[in-house]
Amino acid sequence: MYLVSAFHNLQELRHSASLANKVFIQRDYTDGTVCKFQTKFPSELDSRIERTLFEDTVKTLNNYYAEAEKIGGQSYLEGCLACLTVYLIFLCIETRYEKVLKKISRYIQEQNEKVYAPRGLLITDPIERGMRVIEISVYEDRGSSGSSSGSSTTSSSGR
Amino acid sequence: MKNLDYQQIDPQALATPTPTPPPRPLPEHKPRRARRKWEVFPGKNRFCCDGRVIVARQCGVLPLTLGLIVLTSGLFFIFDCPFLVEHLTGCIPVIGGVLFVFVIISLLQTSFTDPGILPRATPEEAADIEKQIDNPTGSSSSYRPPPRTKEVVINQQVVKLKYCFTCKIFRPPRTSHCSLCDNCVERFDHHCPWVGNCVGKRNYRFFYTFIVSLSFLTAFIFGCVTTHLALRSQGGNGLVFALQASPASALELVVCFFSVWSILGLSGFHTYLVATNLTTNEDIKGSWSGKSGNEDVGNPYSYNSITKNCCSVLCGPMPPSLIDRRGFVPSDDSVQTSPVEIELSAAKNDTNMVGRAVTSG
Repeated sequence: MYLVSAFHNLQELRHSASLANKVFIQRDYTDGTVCKFQTKFPSELDSRIERTLFEDTVKTLNNYYAEAEKIGGQSYLEGCLACLTVYLIFLCIETRYEKVLKKISRYIQEQNEKVYAPRGLLITDPIERGMRVIEISVYEDRGSSGSSSGSSTTSSSGR
Repeated sequence: MKNLDYQQIDPQALATPTPTPPPRPLPEHKPRRARRKWEVFPGKNRFCCDGRVIVARQCGVLPLTLGLIVLTSGLFFIFDCPFLVEHLTGCIPVIGGVLFVFVIISLLQTSFTDPGILPRATPEEAADIEKQIDNPTGSSSSYRPPPRTKEVVINQQVVKLKYCFTCKIFRPPRTSHCSLCDNCVERFDHHCPWVGNCVGKRNYRFFYTFIVSLSFLTAFIFGCVTTHLALRSQGGNGLVFALQASPASALELVVCFFSVWSILGLSGFHTYLVATNLTTNEDIKGSWSGKSGNEDVGNPYSYNSITKNCCSVLCGPMPPSLIDRRGFVPSDDSVQTSPVEIELSAAKNDTNMVGRAVTSG
């Protein structure tokens, strides 16, 4: 599988591959307006990545977002303190949501490097798409764009 | 042959010896200032301080609101406070000052904060959504197909998500498109002309603080001015004498009298909305009040507890701004998403070599 050996890191992926397709994972609104993405495995990724790996990534992201939007003791404290200072405190400190967003982008970077780039895929952080979708870019190696059947016919003609 | 080579070389480069002839200067190679995303924002908003501050295109009556508040409070501090401090207590200007600060800061925050604008879909996203929508079979004659909706079950309620033709997305629940600002806003409450901005998910708590503190301030000034005039007209002097002695109080009285009822009413209305976790938009449309005759309709977003509703609306976590105003517009996206046909045609020339590499490897 030359794809696995070809894409050792993200830089190589971007420089040596061409974008073939983009797959969009939509939001799941069954729990209301909280940020949650559908874990349904898209058919376009069937041949590219294992279902369990994909579902793990989406479930971990959903857990992170749930943690950011959790309404509990700490968020009440933050909210009351903010109200007393006429919300000027938002200009000074980093809110819990922002801290979790940083954790999420580190997680996505790590997943891209370890799991997705070796398979010719790249996840875009949902915050860059307005938290509407998880965009997964599907790359094809430049030399093999066309299809695997194309290369096999040329290989036979090359002989 | 030599003449052809000399023609390609830039005459200016001959002065500076370079090993390779410099490339022909293309217009894109001129150093262009990287643009920030707020400069290319598609909605009808205006930005100040290099994208740090966002306002709606028409600031509406915001200058009037600010002017009225500052004028009335100023007159109060200058003309009424000295008399009241002398005759009553020194706490009055302190309380007035605190309320005034609360009002001004929350007003400015409501006006200048992103209310929860949803960025528009990228072209690839829009194309993906178009693919998923079934084309109606018999409506080829109409210019626009019927409005597209998607149904979702939230908390045992069926909620319809509408497709926004401007932003090219299916609007999340409780999101609405503001025609004045030309943006989809999350948890859209209403577009407030007094504040000059939409009121949505991110600035609703600022707006609520503003109207509550303004109603306290208006009521406080009204009470203090009435006390002032009452004290002055004591001792047989009469009200006319009191008004002549302090004409500014008359103006404050008029302004406060006419505004206190509407502002108190608005505060009461929004307190009801907060307690039931509703938006003005939903209340006006009667989305959950069962006006259509369906008795099973109820608000699926409510926690069915007043304290929990209040806490989640006012003390919930502050979501981030989704439009990234100060980020830079990526300039090399077009290179990445260049048409695949070019890659294919180039690849066809190389497939012979690749084919041999694959078979040999």
